Amino acid sequence: MAIDRAEVLHVARLARLALSEEEIEPMARELSAVLDHVARIAELDLEGVAPSTHVIEVTGALRPDEPVPSFPREVILEHAPEVDGEGFLVPSPQA
Amino acid sequence: MSADDLLALTAAQAAEASARGELARDELFELYRERAFADRAAGAAGLNCFTWVAEDVPAGAGGAERAPLGGVPLAVKDLFCTRGVPSQSGSRILEGYLPPYTAHAVERLADAGAPLLAKTNQDEFAMGSSTENSAFGPSLNPWDRERVPGGSSGGSAAAVAAGLAPWALGTDTGGSIRQPAALCGVVGLKPTYGAVSRYGMIAFASSLDQAGPLTRDVRDCALLLAHMVGRDPCDATSLEPREEIALPSAEDLEGIRFGVPEELAAEGIEDGVLASFRASLERARELGAEVHDVHLPHAPHALSAYYVLAPAEASSNLARFDGVRYGLRVDGRDLLDMYTRTRHDGFGREVKRRIMLGTYALSSGYYDAYYGRAQRVRTKIADDFREAFELVDFIVTPTAPSVAFRLGEKTADPLAMYLNDYCTVPMSLAGIPAISIPCGLSEGLPVGFQIAGPAFSENRLFEVAHALEGSFEFDGAQARV
Repeated sequence: MAIDRAEVLHVARLARLALSEEEIEPMARELSAVLDHVARIAELDLEGVAPSTHVIEVTGALRPDEPVPSFPREVILEHAPEVDGEGFLVPSPQA
Repeated sequence: MSADDLLALTAAQAAEASARGELARDELFELYRERAFADRAAGAAGLNCFTWVAEDVPAGAGGAERAPLGGVPLAVKDLFCTRGVPSQSGSRILEGYLPPYTAHAVERLADAGAPLLAKTNQDEFAMGSSTENSAFGPSLNPWDRERVPGGSSGGSAAAVAAGLAPWALGTDTGGSIRQPAALCGVVGLKPTYGAVSRYGMIAFASSLDQAGPLTRDVRDCALLLAHMVGRDPCDATSLEPREEIALPSAEDLEGIRFGVPEELAAEGIEDGVLASFRASLERARELGAEVHDVHLPHAPHALSAYYVLAPAEASSNLARFDGVRYGLRVDGRDLLDMYTRTRHDGFGREVKRRIMLGTYALSSGYYDAYYGRAQRVRTKIADDFREAFELVDFIVTPTAPSVAFRLGEKTADPLAMYLNDYCTVPMSLAGIPAISIPCGLSEGLPVGFQIAGPAFSENRLFEVAHALEGSFEFDGAQARV
C-alpha cells in the first residue's frame, strides 16, 4: 500500500498536524512500510466474525445521573496558555 | 540497618521490617530519595531513569510506616497524573503541566503506605519499546549502558533493576510493562483489562491501556497489585475484583499444565532467548508441570491488528492536545494554524507517525479495510486463547524476541521496533493478564519468561510465577548501582 505525498498531506490535515517539507517524504515511506505489514490481515477469512471493541464483559456500568461538583474554574484555567479569567483565549478562526 | 542491608531488602521485606518497627521513620524514603536524586543529578553519566524526584517525604505520608505497604516509596511512570508534580507522558507538548489531581492507582497506593518517590522516564505517550522516544532523552539499561532498557515503561524497569527505587508503576498497552521488565531483569505484570482504574493515566489506547507493577520479585508484584485493583466510579471499564490478591507461596507446579504456542515461541526469536526459554521449560517440568504444545492460529496477525487499533485510538485520544487548555502553545495566524503548529512542535516523530497511521486507518474509505478488520482479528485472538485455556492452565512464551538491543539500533526502522511486541501484543488484545519474570541470561543480559492466564487469574499466575522464580535463581543484584 503506497502512500503518496498528496495522501500524507490530506491525512496530516485531518490530524491537525503541520509537517515540514522534509518530513513529508519520510512519513510517506514509513507509513507505506507499516501499512504493507498490517495489510496482511486482509488474507484472513473473517466472514461472520463480530468486531470486538472490548474483550472483558462489563455490565452495570451505569450510575445515577446526579450532579457533583467539579474542579473550580480558576483551577482549570491556571494551566492554560492564555485565558481571560472566564474562559480560554484562542486566536480567531479567521484571521 | 545499614544502607546496604536496606537496599538488599525486597519491598515486601522492607514493609515487614517497617511493620515490626525495625526502620526509623522515613529512613527508607531518604535512602532511595538520595539514590534517585543522584541518578538525576548525574545527567548523562547516570541512567536517566527519572523525570522528577521528590524533594521531601510527601505531606500526609507521615503515618505510612503503619500502613500495609509500610512507607516503602514508589516510583511512578511519568504518564500518571500526580497533583502539583510534573506529568507530561514524556512529551514536549505537556511541558510545564502540573495536574490538579492524582491518578486513582497512585492515590490508592499512597493511601496504602507507598508514598511517591519519583516520576520515571518513558517513551512519549507510551509509544515505543526502548524509551528512546522521550522528550527527556533515552534511559539506559543498568546491565549495559550502551543498551536500551526496553519500553515504554523503561525508566520504571531500569530504576527497579538498578536499585534506585524499591518498586515502580508502569503501564502496558501492547507490552510496555512486560518487555522492559524482561530487558532489565525484573518482574512486570499486565493485569486483566479493567482490574486497575485508568483514571488519571494520560491515555494512549484506552481499550488496551492497563497499569501494573514492576518489581524485584513476584511477592512484591502481588503486594503492590493487591492495593491497586478495584472498581472506580471514574473509570466505567474498571471492574470489581473477584477475589482478594494474596501473596504467593507455591514452590512446586504439581498438576499445572503449561501450553507453549508454536506461533510465539519459535520463529523470529533470538537463539539465546529461545535456549533460555527452553531451559526454563525444563525447570518447570522438574517442578511437576506438564508442558504441552498449543496453537494460537491468529497470534501471528496480532501485531498487524494492534498497529491499526492502537494508533487509531491514539489519534483520537491525542486530539485533545491542541494548545488551548494546557501545555505547549505555538502561535499561529489563525486557530487552525495554532493547532497544527502546536502539534508539529509538541509531538515527537513516533507520536506523529502513529497519529497519522491512526487517522488514515479511521478515514473515510479505509475504515472497514483496516479498523473494522482489525477489530474482527481481535475477536479471533480472544477466541484462540479461550480455546487454548480449555486444554492448559497457562500459556508460556519468551517475553521479548531479543535481549536488550543497542541504543539507536532500531530507531530508524519503525517495523523493527514494533516487532519487539510480537509475543506480548496477543495477550493485550485478549485483555488477559500476563507476567514476565527473569529466567536467565543470554550474552550476559536478562531474558524474560512470560506466563499468561485467563481473565482474573492473577492469584494463580502469581503462584506459578513464584514457584518458577525460586527454581530460576536469577540474580538481579549485579545490576544495582
